[in-house]
Amino acid sequence: MPKVTYIEFDGTEHQVDVASGLSVMEGAVKNMVPGIDADCGGACACATCHVYVDPEWKDKTGEPNEMETSMLDFAEEVKDNSRLSCQIKMSDDLDGLTVRLPESQH
Amino acid sequence: MTTSEPYVIVGAGHAAGQAATSLRMEGYEGPILLIGEEPYHPYQRPPLSKAYLAGELELERLYVKPPDFYASNNIETRLKTRCLALDRGACQLTLSDSTTVAYDKLLITTGTRVRELPVTGIDLEGVHYLRTIEDVDGIQSGFAPGAHLVVVGGGYIGLEVAAVAQKRGLNVTVVESEDRLLKRVVGEEVSAFFERVHTEEGVKILTGHQVSEFSGGSKIEAVKCANGTEIRADMAVVGIGIVPNQELAQDAGLACDNGILVDACCRTEDPKIFAAGDCTQHPNEVFGRLVRLESVHNALEQAKTAAAAMCGNEKPYNQVPWFWSDQYDLKLQIAGLNQGYDELVVRGQMEERKFAAFYLKDGQLLAVDAVNSVPEYMVSRKLIADRAMIPADRLADTSIPMKQVAQDLK
Ligand SMILES: Cc1cc2nc3c(=O)[nH]c(=O)nc-3n(C[C@H](O)[C@H](O)[C@H](O)COP(=O)(O)OP(=O)(O)OC[C@H]3O[C@@H](n4cnc5c(N)ncnc54)[C@H](O)[C@@H]3O)c2cc1C
Ligand code: FES
Repeated sequence: MPKVTYIEFDGTEHQVDVASGLSVMEGAVKNMVPGIDADCGGACACATCHVYVDPEWKDKTGEPNEMETSMLDFAEEVKDNSRLSCQIKMSDDLDGLTVRLPESQH
Repeated sequence: MTTSEPYVIVGAGHAAGQAATSLRMEGYEGPILLIGEEPYHPYQRPPLSKAYLAGELELERLYVKPPDFYASNNIETRLKTRCLALDRGACQLTLSDSTTVAYDKLLITTGTRVRELPVTGIDLEGVHYLRTIEDVDGIQSGFAPGAHLVVVGGGYIGLEVAAVAQKRGLNVTVVESEDRLLKRVVGEEVSAFFERVHTEEGVKILTGHQVSEFSGGSKIEAVKCANGTEIRADMAVVGIGIVPNQELAQDAGLACDNGILVDACCRTEDPKIFAAGDCTQHPNEVFGRLVRLESVHNALEQAKTAAAAMCGNEKPYNQVPWFWSDQYDLKLQIAGLNQGYDELVVRGQMEERKFAAFYLKDGQLLAVDAVNSVPEYMVSRKLIADRAMIPADRLADTSIPMKQVAQDLK
């Protein structure tokens, strides 16, 4: 199963298995990684699943769609590599993905 | 004081799943017991009328937390168990399996149940409500292309079911007793928009029609309306609203009024008892009144607040309510509460399925319905919290970006 490393704002690392087909957000919620609220459960309606994708993974995770881009536009502390983790679908290609969490989701 | 009695959570829905998690995050290490009448661990209901109904999401992905989360966090769960009575004097609950359990503190998250439609034939095979996983499983068994589906009730859930069914190739009719769809929740212009979209997609909309009977042998064959209209039906889904599950609290003498009364910290009048989610009537400071909300955001936030209060921490809940609905290519995002508005301003093009409807009262922004319009929605959440006064002409002017509209207020 592909692995994802989530790094909390304070540096705490969580390496977990996330089945292909699940979202990076679901991988965090199912494995008790704190720092991803995901209020809307992945409907791209809340922007509380914001992460920073490590630069070397930016291409592989693809481009956000229009809805995600405009949601991100209103999140806090947005950077070039910001994504909504509910919109990144896991696959074998993403094995080893590292994402960092922002200080807060609100 | 230490005690061996658990913190008990009654009703294992969305709020309960969050509250159990939040109790642990607040540092409470004692026993937690979660009691729920459904056979499932806490799960998310929104997909029940969306992706799960469409068959695009597996059951496991509905769970708020994976089922093994509870045991591994020392949270005992008793599912398929209904709580029948609350004895506040003895700090004890009577359960449907004839046992009793004592609590140190109690959190009531019993949510709501569907409003029943008291007409002949409601028990016929093929007539469904929609609140639980089992309801959806029943609906799906008749969800075949070409089948005739009648949706009773033109609220969000009914319209979402209609959208999923239409896409699946069913013949769909929505029957609504009011003179327009979504009458309780949106303004006339927005109702007209949803009626137009559903009609364009091929759904038949009958407003002003009161269902009086489901007819058939053992299985439904037709839906009859009070005005004589008869609609062929192989199945029906009834979504005419919900009622709060407050009886447990009410029978124990706790104050209830369309929901269990709690303060901003989710405390009832009994210092050992708390309530959160759809079942509560609570103050909302932004709007300066008591409200009962039916939304995931409210359930999650109240659960966090209640868990904190149970641990002696005050984290009052005072946020702008928000909600979403997905129908066809429409992403509807709603913030605020529009009750009492005196002006509705539309920004954008309804024909292009991309617009926002702002609800104002004396110039103050109360709420927004945003269809495929994220900036309008996100900016409004903030403006509503700030109780901003906004000139209607600026809101309507799409040549001024929404961020600019907000900035210019400062
Ligand atoms: C089809 C559908 C679609 C929805 N879509 C959206 C949406 O898009 N966005 C949104 O924000 N919200 C949506 N909602 C609303 C949202 O699901 C609710 O607001 C949320 O589930 C409320 O959570 P809760 O924990 O308060 O109550 P519930 O989730 O209703 O949980 C209460 C639980 O308590 C149990 N219970 C009740 N009484 C007892 C008792 N005496 N003993 C034991 N157990 C008991 C019930 O069986 C239930 O399992 C939708 C709801 C439905 C049904
Ligand atoms: S979980 Fe809500 S936007 Fe990702």
